[in-house]
Amino acid sequence: MKILVCVKRVTDPDVKIKVKPDGSGVVTDGVDFKVNPFDEIAVEEALRIKEKLGGEVVVLSIGPQEATKEIRSGLAMGADRGILVKATEQLDPFGVANVMKKIVEQENPELIIMGKQAVDGDNNQAGQILAELLGVPQACFASKVEVGQDQKTASVAREVDGGFDHVEVDLPAVITADLRLNEPRYASLPGIMKAKKKPIQEIELASLSVDTQLKVVWHKMTEPAERQAGVRVPDVATLVAKLRDEAKVL
Amino acid sequence: MGNILMIVEHKDGALKKVSLPGISFAKQYTQKTGGEVHLLVMGHNLGAVVEQAKCYGAQKVFVADHESLGAYLTETYAQVAARVAKESGAEVVGAISTSMSKDLLPRLAAKLEAGMASDILSVTDQGWFTRPVWAGNAVVEVEITTPVKVVTVRGTEFEKAPKGDPASGQVNVDVAIDMGAVKKRFVRFEEIKSDRPELTEASVIVTGGRGTKGEEGFKLVEGLADLFNAAVGATRAAVDAGWVPNDLQVGQTGKVVAPDVYFAIGVSGAIQHLAGMKGSKIIVAINKDEEAPIFSVADYGLVADLFKAVPELVEEINKARAS
Repeated sequence: MKILVCVKRVTDPDVKIKVKPDGSGVVTDGVDFKVNPFDEIAVEEALRIKEKLGGEVVVLSIGPQEATKEIRSGLAMGADRGILVKATEQLDPFGVANVMKKIVEQENPELIIMGKQAVDGDNNQAGQILAELLGVPQACFASKVEVGQDQKTASVAREVDGGFDHVEVDLPAVITADLRLNEPRYASLPGIMKAKKKPIQEIELASLSVDTQLKVVWHKMTEPAERQAGVRVPDVATLVAKLRDEAKVL
Repeated sequence: MGNILMIVEHKDGALKKVSLPGISFAKQYTQKTGGEVHLLVMGHNLGAVVEQAKCYGAQKVFVADHESLGAYLTETYAQVAARVAKESGAEVVGAISTSMSKDLLPRLAAKLEAGMASDILSVTDQGWFTRPVWAGNAVVEVEITTPVKVVTVRGTEFEKAPKGDPASGQVNVDVAIDMGAVKKRFVRFEEIKSDRPELTEASVIVTGGRGTKGEEGFKLVEGLADLFNAAVGATRAAVDAGWVPNDLQVGQTGKVVAPDVYFAIGVSGAIQHLAGMKGSKIIVAINKDEEAPIFSVADYGLVADLFKAVPELVEEINKARAS
């Protein structure tokens, strides 16, 4: 089966990001970029399905020329080929979904897997919007995915408040990956070498004639209000006294 | 015009308390626009839930009560909600951020061709919204440019709505779902049972981190939680290590909480964890590493070995309460 996986180039999630003094965005100078961690999980899941059932894994990214690196890291893990939609302007989740829809119509994958959210914009929207635009079912926040032998359906356990919601979707469908779906593999050295020769098709965003007009416009950005640190207490007895007399919570 | 439609959730025949701050948000918003507050309840056999939903001063409660809505499916709920949004003249459609609304509202926004802002913290004077980005390390003002706006609302940023008069009017929604278009079946719900309150509803939370080192440490966390009828939380490290179920995770990628008292036991205070709990009223941290970032947000910090300090704390609290 053919699986389309979407990867976003994001700032290193382990780096504490700073807001620019003029509030126009975040400081990215000297900050590394990586594959969005949830998307890496999506790539891993696609590869596991392919290893079981055969087929092809196509990695799609929408972003600047540099996002080729994030596509290559998916190819190094084992994906077959890449597509880069070159876009330097800011897109909102609706715009991203519109672009993805265009690519889905060209590629006709049986399954689309992506991270539940990108760790920069933290929107958690694009997968759901894409599913609606395509008129296909969605299974978001997946912690377990099982594609049927006939490759016509998938059983998905969704991580939700209070437990797991088990659903079955007809394919094609959009699945978004949650943290505990799997542990992504590291790319092997031969994998990295092979990835260099795998094809990446580059498409100019403008050539797709997609509506990318912003429905959500970002204005001023600020640092969140800092919480003031309180006091250090020397021992448990003092802590209990404070909780009883000062905080009055006992 | 300027009406707002808030989707409220329910469980076991009762309105979920977690939905109440959403009603406060809606009232605050309509004070500026002059519109009405409408609530939408979806499900099956909703009698008691509807009566409860009518008690919070909304002008109308839209009720979609039908067999086909008995189990949640994004596709059926989105169809019904989109129809109600159009019929009710909603300018804003919203819900408190929960796993259901995070799944449902983007699809609903797509149906309504509406821009959506996730997890909003406040409404600005221009009618824009503020929301956290980069795991809460930045807050951005966003302007939704479409006529209909969709939002999920961070529940900890608004007070729970008090009961208010008069009772809301009830509007029954005609639920006609094209099941053929759904292409998805509900199989079963696997509930994680607990005698404790839910994290997002508890007034006291005791969270264990990597420092608890596993089951033994979590027993101490549980013991402290017992004293307050508290919910037990965990850091991502503790969840990833498999010590506790993953729905206990507090943080940007887990649950965002703001209880009256938050005990952080053996929690280092990673950025994404702090983003999920720093709205708590009182934070108590016990950690043996005095450099741990958790101390930078704690009201009361104790540098100590939790395996000694927590049993002592339980004993001292019992003594203090007895005296």
